[in-house]
Amino acid sequence: MATVTGTKKVVGLTGNSAIAYAMKQVDPDVCAAYPITPSTAIMEEFSGYYADGQVSTELIAVESEHSAMSACIGAAAAGARVMTATSSQGLALMWEMLYVASGLRLPIVMAVVNRALSSPINIHCDHSDSMGARDSGWIQLYSENVQEAYDNLFQAVRIAEDRRVLTPVMVCMDGFITSHAIENLTIMDDAEIKEFIGEHESAYSLLDTENPITVGAMTLPDAYMDIKHQQSKAMAASKDVVVEVAGEFEQRFGRSYGLMEAYMLEDAEVCVVVLSSAAGTTKVAVDELRSQGKKVGLLKPRLYRPFPHEEIMEALRGCKAICVLDRADSMNGFGGPLFTDIRAALYDTPQRPVVINRIFGLGGRDYTVEDAMEVYHELLRIKETGKVETLSAYLGED
Amino acid sequence: MTKKNITFAGIIFEGGTADEYKTGGWRKLRPILDKDKCTNCLICWVMCPDSAVIVEDGKMVGFNLEHCKGCGICAMECPDKVKAITMEEEEK
Ligand code: SF4
Ligand code: SF4
Repeated sequence: MATVTGTKKVVGLTGNSAIAYAMKQVDPDVCAAYPITPSTAIMEEFSGYYADGQVSTELIAVESEHSAMSACIGAAAAGARVMTATSSQGLALMWEMLYVASGLRLPIVMAVVNRALSSPINIHCDHSDSMGARDSGWIQLYSENVQEAYDNLFQAVRIAEDRRVLTPVMVCMDGFITSHAIENLTIMDDAEIKEFIGEHESAYSLLDTENPITVGAMTLPDAYMDIKHQQSKAMAASKDVVVEVAGEFEQRFGRSYGLMEAYMLEDAEVCVVVLSSAAGTTKVAVDELRSQGKKVGLLKPRLYRPFPHEEIMEALRGCKAICVLDRADSMNGFGGPLFTDIRAALYDTPQRPVVINRIFGLGGRDYTVEDAMEVYHELLRIKETGKVETLSAYLGED
Repeated sequence: MTKKNITFAGIIFEGGTADEYKTGGWRKLRPILDKDKCTNCLICWVMCPDSAVIVEDGKMVGFNLEHCKGCGICAMECPDKVKAITMEEEEK
């Protein structure tokens, strides 16, 4: 278990250790989880905090991820503050229960350490796991580095439990790249965290025998659609809560978050859109090209579900050529999930920019500064000639 | 639940509401009890998935046909030496 020591609250931790430490600071009522690479260390270290009596959590060891999410659902319906963590096949095995959690509007917070899905079997990073869950009714936040993953976890608790939202949240970070790399981050005191997240007060509880309720009853055509409409509206409204919570977070702790990060985007003519750790690599390429006087920029969405389409359209409207880098393929013969969303968001811009798609980094394939440079050079060519050679392709492959 | 009264996430703010949902109409086979054979062991009452076996004063007295779906589990589970329940076709 990582021992958290440091001066001025700056410590070196892996992504997994930072999430486990954040969970210790949240001290949730219930955690139910099943280990899976690369997220295993989260629950392993959290179990250490539990064994040492540093949390008051009820820790439930289950026999599968389907059971883990089922136990989380039961506990959340009982009014508990609930957290868990998973990756890849584990998330896939939760599928049925993901929809139950969101449909019942249970504010569960789950760390998702992104890893490729089988087949072929692979333990390394890509986004095919959480991208598949993008329409499961969970809010999704993507983290570039350890600091963001740590900070996002606390904000996720606030977002999920907000009475206007009451929707589960996934906090995603890149497997191994972020989960296993030690980075410096600034941590907060337990007391500061307690004050920021507050107490979880559920509006009802399955365990309240004085006021019995029925959760998950059969719902027929006269009501099902209305309940889905409620959920859809809450999902759309959660966007404002994400901004609000980020604002309060910045006020208290000084680090700024929003729906997305725009890097050198103000006057950019060409732009790359990419999630999570690859944004860090891309920024190096942006800096280099900027020093050569090229007007290039980067957009890193933080909130992917709900999809902030208006704000993204606003951020990208000045660009002439855009490449969306997807770390997952939708296997639809068109392009990755982020690409189709971004392209759709730009449909209403007066001068629709060219939007191309490159699939990269599947199964942990390296994404280098040179790869990013190659993408920017292609975008600059497109800007000059107005010609797109390939709309969608695998980066670096014919 | 009427359309004008949609609760948050479809939660029903009372318990035991399955009682109001009549499932007897789904039945194709009807359990018939031969009270002369029955030993009141209550195995049928334990096994019925719809709580449709009626017990009064510790004695098996019959079936709640508003909820019995006619699955035949009670007839199957009634001990071999007794076989006090038979399943008969519902009249059309
Ligand atoms: S037939 Fe099935 S539902 Fe009906 S009383 Fe027997 S066990 Fe219960
Ligand atoms: S199982 Fe058979 S013998 Fe036992 S109570 Fe039911 S009907 Fe009677």
